[in-house]
Amino acid sequence: MTDSASTPSKAKPRNTKRRNLIQRLGYAGLILAAIITVTPIILIVVYIYSRGLPAISLEFLTAMPKDGMRAGGIFPAIVGTFWLTIGTGVIAVPLGVGAAIYLSEYAPDNRWTRTIRIAIINLAGIPSVVYGLFGLGLFVLFLHFGTSILAGSLTLAIMTIPVIISTSEEALRAVPNSFRVVSISVGGTRWQTIRRVVLPQALPGILTGVILGLERAAGETAPILFTVAAFFLPRLPSSIFDATMALPYHLFVISTQVPGMPVKIQYGTAVVLLTFVLGMNSVATVIRSRARARRQW
Amino acid sequence: MQSRNWKEFLITRMIKVSGYSAIIFVVMIFIFLLREGSATIIEVPLKTLFSTRWYPIEGYFGILPLICGSIIVTIGATLIAVPLGVCCAIFIAEIAPRWVREILKPLVELLAGLPSVMLGFLGILVIAPAVRQILNVPTGLTAFTGAILLAGMAIPTIVSVAEDSLDSVPRTYRDAALAMGATKWQTIWRVTLPAARSGVLTAVMLGVGRAIGETMTVMMVTGNAPVMPTGLGSLFRPVRTMTATIAAEMGEVANGSVHYHTLFFIGIVLFVISLLINLVAARIVFRQQKRAERILS
Repeated sequence: MTDSASTPSKAKPRNTKRRNLIQRLGYAGLILAAIITVTPIILIVVYIYSRGLPAISLEFLTAMPKDGMRAGGIFPAIVGTFWLTIGTGVIAVPLGVGAAIYLSEYAPDNRWTRTIRIAIINLAGIPSVVYGLFGLGLFVLFLHFGTSILAGSLTLAIMTIPVIISTSEEALRAVPNSFRVVSISVGGTRWQTIRRVVLPQALPGILTGVILGLERAAGETAPILFTVAAFFLPRLPSSIFDATMALPYHLFVISTQVPGMPVKIQYGTAVVLLTFVLGMNSVATVIRSRARARRQW
Repeated sequence: MQSRNWKEFLITRMIKVSGYSAIIFVVMIFIFLLREGSATIIEVPLKTLFSTRWYPIEGYFGILPLICGSIIVTIGATLIAVPLGVCCAIFIAEIAPRWVREILKPLVELLAGLPSVMLGFLGILVIAPAVRQILNVPTGLTAFTGAILLAGMAIPTIVSVAEDSLDSVPRTYRDAALAMGATKWQTIWRVTLPAARSGVLTAVMLGVGRAIGETMTVMMVTGNAPVMPTGLGSLFRPVRTMTATIAAEMGEVANGSVHYHTLFFIGIVLFVISLLINLVAARIVFRQQKRAERILS
């Protein structure tokens, strides 16, 4: 029995007052927490843009770095991150979406399926630098890919797969079962049902997950430290076996490893990286909200 | 018809393989970490390995200061992130009006997408000088600075997982509490939150996992001094974490050297820690699912 339940009714008015006061204080606390959490996010974005935008020019975006990276542009880093993101997507999307289809459409409810789910949860939790070690051990050294776009993309892909699986599976599961039943009852096979009915309905959700996963891969530094990233390489990669500069690693290098680095270039690089991330984030948000508005069920 | 059957068979097989890929990846990561790191146990005497001195150039491979560094930064981050994250989740799930929720959720998601290297960059230029001035310590690159930034990285995980579990508490629970005369605050505090406690616990654990595995941010802002923490004061002095050690030193060691093997050994330690955290989290999730099924049936 709690106090409020056992209190006799004549004490009620005071009690109500107190309860309302507690509620108001509690709400204030929660709102305060939300404000403390969210304000820095807005501040970070505004601050980086206000400090970094003046550094952005056509030359900055399209020229090679000069003078030990203290001048010139960041073109090779932009290109490197672009290719790494593409490479990650090419490897991670089929595997991740395939796994999601398996889990949502095929997997029986047994011990193996549970093991798969536990493995996915674990993959998502492995520290990014451990992925870097794994990529170094398997792709760079054991398979002799060297520090290359291929090794980096593979490492980033394995890191991204859990994100893609969990978001895609959620999207697939959201498709009502009646859709599948109808397709099968008019003679569609299981795969035809998935391919023609379930996947198209789940596509926006899957796409959102894929973009959010790739966004995270594009911003990661630790997994590419030992697998792709070149400290300073003022030329463009010519094949997937080339090392390359990459935006996040470049930002790390110029903010910690190069003495006498002009702050302007640092903020400029941060702006480009942030724009990359924000751009992907808004595309994902737009796809999701559009799909939600158009949903037929 | 025959060819279609073949195609269907093939595709089903491929989907099944990608479903099982997650297990393969986890096992492969562990194998390759062992392959490169297990030699440490033979090469470095256990007494040295668990001593308090990390100075690889002279053959001191004590990983205790690194483990303690990771722990102290993670505890600091948890103390900041858990109250903020859980309160923020309660606010979003229980009391925020729809339009506020539509603003808050994408913002928190954006925080999850911000590259860790960018937070580290801002940490060096903005937070560290602020910490130094406000706390009046000799350097702003301290465990505390790292904890602040890590809290920012753990908060999105905590908010989204905790919010999901609060959301999945059946409406009827709240209605029952309200009908019995409880205020909304009492309903949240005594009914909804306890009902969602296992999910909130999972959120906290995944947040901790995220914090302990973070690499770039801590490497950039914690000062990287491998000294043994001696008490609460150590929070305001430089430390070095396990992740930062790997990231900072792997680039400079010779493949196959003792130092190289030891860095992989640290990777194994990190892998096992994240495995334990996520296994427990997964257990809670599964148990919760089972309970939900029992209640609904």
